[in-house]
Amino acid sequence: MGWLDLLLGLTLVTTAGLALASRDLFRAVVMFIVFGLLMALVWVRLQAPDIALAEAAIGAGLTGVLLLDTLGYLKRRFEPTGTNERRPTPTTEGRGDAR
Amino acid sequence: MSRVIVAAIASLIITIALALAVLERPTPTLSLPNLASTAITPGEAGVLHPITAVLLEFRSIDTLLEIAVLLVAVVVALALREAQPDGADRMGLDNPLLHAVVKLLLPLMLLVAAYLLWAGSTRPGGAFQAGAVLAGCGVLLRLAGTSLHGLERPRWLQGGRVLGLLVFVSVGIPPMLAGRAFLDYPADLAGGLILLIEAALTLSIALALLSLFRLAPPQSDSPAFPDRRKRRRA
Repeated sequence: MGWLDLLLGLTLVTTAGLALASRDLFRAVVMFIVFGLLMALVWVRLQAPDIALAEAAIGAGLTGVLLLDTLGYLKRRFEPTGTNERRPTPTTEGRGDAR
Repeated sequence: MSRVIVAAIASLIITIALALAVLERPTPTLSLPNLASTAITPGEAGVLHPITAVLLEFRSIDTLLEIAVLLVAVVVALALREAQPDGADRMGLDNPLLHAVVKLLLPLMLLVAAYLLWAGSTRPGGAFQAGAVLAGCGVLLRLAGTSLHGLERPRWLQGGRVLGLLVFVSVGIPPMLAGRAFLDYPADLAGGLILLIEAALTLSIALALLSLFRLAPPQSDSPAFPDRRKRRRA
């Protein structure tokens, strides 16, 4: 099983690096979730099933949800595009005044 | 430039200190896993799984304080949360796939949460894991726009969040009246008491984790509850 552990460890470090280095925040969050799932597998290999369960549920699942939630909030707040119906975008307002 | 040098020196010092701390680590004279395993004698201990035994029997005050810290963190997070721009009607995502998956997965997730809670006393599982799965159920329900009307009343939510800590403390105090230590439950009741604590903790942990989600059920003082605000002002 040595090669499996080696593969897991290398993939873990790779996903961690990708999550840190990615300029696209969404991709970084996805990489973080993948990292959490792999981390759960590593905990199983380290014979810590309790921590593996917690890592899969909290580390990968809920933290991922919270990060995606924050990402959606930031996008809606700082990039008001057509997806936001409640608040008219400043560009269309400006165009209306000019006319 | 000088700031870079200062930062470099500081990080170098921290690195060296950390390396020294790791290298100079004293060898532990007591091995906790061995201690826990030898202390658990079937029939006497409340739980048979060493990790649950450490969490809720041998070092239960650590767990109690952990729950208190979690509660404080959630209260602070809720205080810092902006008033919700989304009303209850804007919460549901119009995705048929999501609704189908929620319908399929929800009973299964509830079952898994209950199993993890129950399994905690004999094998891997426990309140944190069960609570996290339960919070996942809550997140899926919010995303699908399903409202659990009665259960989402602010009073219930606030009560649910502190229930775990309250039950933990109130189970811990009676042994003191009998002249024992705080949280030193009598051996014959320990199993049932630990399950009771874990059940309450599961609910509180689930609500605490769900509260951090931005679409979590609104608070009593958020604009989503205009009637209450008016009443308070009147």
